Amino acid sequence: MIRLKRDYILNTLFLFITAIGAFLIFVILLGIIVVLFEESFPAIKRFGFLGFVLSPSWDPVKELFGGAIPLLGTLITSLLALFLAVPIALGIAIFITEVAPRRLKEPIGVAIELLAAIPSIIYGMWGLFTLAPINAKYIEPFLQMTLGQIPPFVKLFSGTPLGIDLFTASLILSIMIIPFTASVARDSFQLVPAVLKESAYGLGATKWEVIKDVVFPYCKLGVLGGIGLSLGRALGETMAVAFVLGNLNQFPSSLFSATATVTVKLANEFTEADKDIHLASLFYLALLLFILSFTILAIAKYFIQRTQYK
Amino acid sequence: MIKRRKIINKLALFFCFLTALWGLFWLFFILVDVIRHGLSALTPTLILNDPAPPGEEGGGLKHALIGHALITIVATLLGVPLGVLGGTFLAEYGRNLKISRFISFLADIMVSVPAIIVGAFVYAVFVKPIGHFSGFAGAIALAIIMIPVIVRTTENMLSLIPWTLREAAFALGAPYYKVIWQIVYRGAGMGIFTGIILAIARVTGEAAPLLFTSFNNSFTSFDLKEPIASLTVTIFQYAMGPYEEWHRQAWGASFLITLFILFLTLFGRYFIRRRLKS
Repeated sequence: MIRLKRDYILNTLFLFITAIGAFLIFVILLGIIVVLFEESFPAIKRFGFLGFVLSPSWDPVKELFGGAIPLLGTLITSLLALFLAVPIALGIAIFITEVAPRRLKEPIGVAIELLAAIPSIIYGMWGLFTLAPINAKYIEPFLQMTLGQIPPFVKLFSGTPLGIDLFTASLILSIMIIPFTASVARDSFQLVPAVLKESAYGLGATKWEVIKDVVFPYCKLGVLGGIGLSLGRALGETMAVAFVLGNLNQFPSSLFSATATVTVKLANEFTEADKDIHLASLFYLALLLFILSFTILAIAKYFIQRTQYK
Repeated sequence: MIKRRKIINKLALFFCFLTALWGLFWLFFILVDVIRHGLSALTPTLILNDPAPPGEEGGGLKHALIGHALITIVATLLGVPLGVLGGTFLAEYGRNLKISRFISFLADIMVSVPAIIVGAFVYAVFVKPIGHFSGFAGAIALAIIMIPVIVRTTENMLSLIPWTLREAAFALGAPYYKVIWQIVYRGAGMGIFTGIILAIARVTGEAAPLLFTSFNNSFTSFDLKEPIASLTVTIFQYAMGPYEEWHRQAWGASFLITLFILFLTLFGRYFIRRRLKS
């Protein structure tokens, strides 16, 4: 009887402790929202929402702050990275599930996922010392000579190629986010029932037609989820971009111009902001970034979960 | 007609092959570059010496190595117990609760939340009220990044243990907490351990959350109540700096970090794979 009572107490205690661990997730997330909101309140009160989001000025001396440039920079780099990464990632997922010989599937899969294990600061430093000079010397002049000559793209590829620009930043980001889309897409491709594919083969479809018309439609949600996951990652990436984008508060005029992103601004100015309103504006940027990436990630995870419970 | 379809098929599959090459190309490009530069920078002085003033020879990264190790160890000590307990609740006591599904969903999102925002959060909560940067704040930031990763892997690993095993223990009269400790943890131990390894690998390379929390320090320090150097923040400072010698050391530090993380990651994956197969 005494033993039973002791067990009951210990069990309740353990239940309680584990519950604390689980609810900590909830508390931290709520804490992040509340704290970011509280810290950015002076800026929210002073500039409002539209006044902050649409204003391009970032002037610590006159104490005028607006987030238009870093927010736009974040969106442009992330979307460009997505544009470069998604076709590649889907190709890799198809290659691993449908094309590669059995012996190569696993090593290639692991190698692609290692791209996600390399720390972003390594990407950044490698980008600054290795990729940016190569881009400035060969790739960007080449793009100017070729794509840059076609009328609709002239403006896009104008400017002096320095390597420290939108193009290099987006290219590095695209390499970093390939594994997220690739692994989610691969997992959902593997969930396609073999019968479905076999019946298409039975009708005489080629492998590509099976992928295009059977596998892809079946995995729409999963693929979208994977893309969303990559986008969420790209939006919040800091160090890789901080090295190769510069921190220039101006709208980009072409792919070969420097600008700023929310994360780069935070990394560069956070510890140097000596005025309260400056710091509050940085927190405001952080809050907006958090809401944006959280929403996108939540939608992406929802899609991915839907495919798993199907 | 058939011929055209076959050609399109071949072309499309060949494009897929090229995309895989593209991914592998960048992986090897980066790794080879880090190894090439890193090996030439790797000398005993790099690891054993304190930093020298710019321009002088023989400076090292002892301060950053020690600082980084301290921050990571404290973060692990904070993050692992909390994460494992949280995962235990989600997979055991709370497995049928709606709120558990919701928390697990939130944890999944939190894994991908921008690290720099965690840094800003910890700055507001721990650095600003105290008035100065500290190693503990850095460790807390890393622990916050670690917890959701460990919660999710623990939850997954515990769910792999067959329910009948628990029932067998219940039938012998064991209370739930004993079943968890002596049956479930024992069965899932290797898996949880792997999750922890992968979580450590994940936070070791983080620089963004340390920028505003542990900040930096040019001297060797063991005091986590004060600002402390870390390898990643030092790489950022050195690589952005103007001195050739700093760049060399930054490559050396990158080499050490990359090697450490790749080793942990491959080791962890190997174990997870072995476990899922058995």
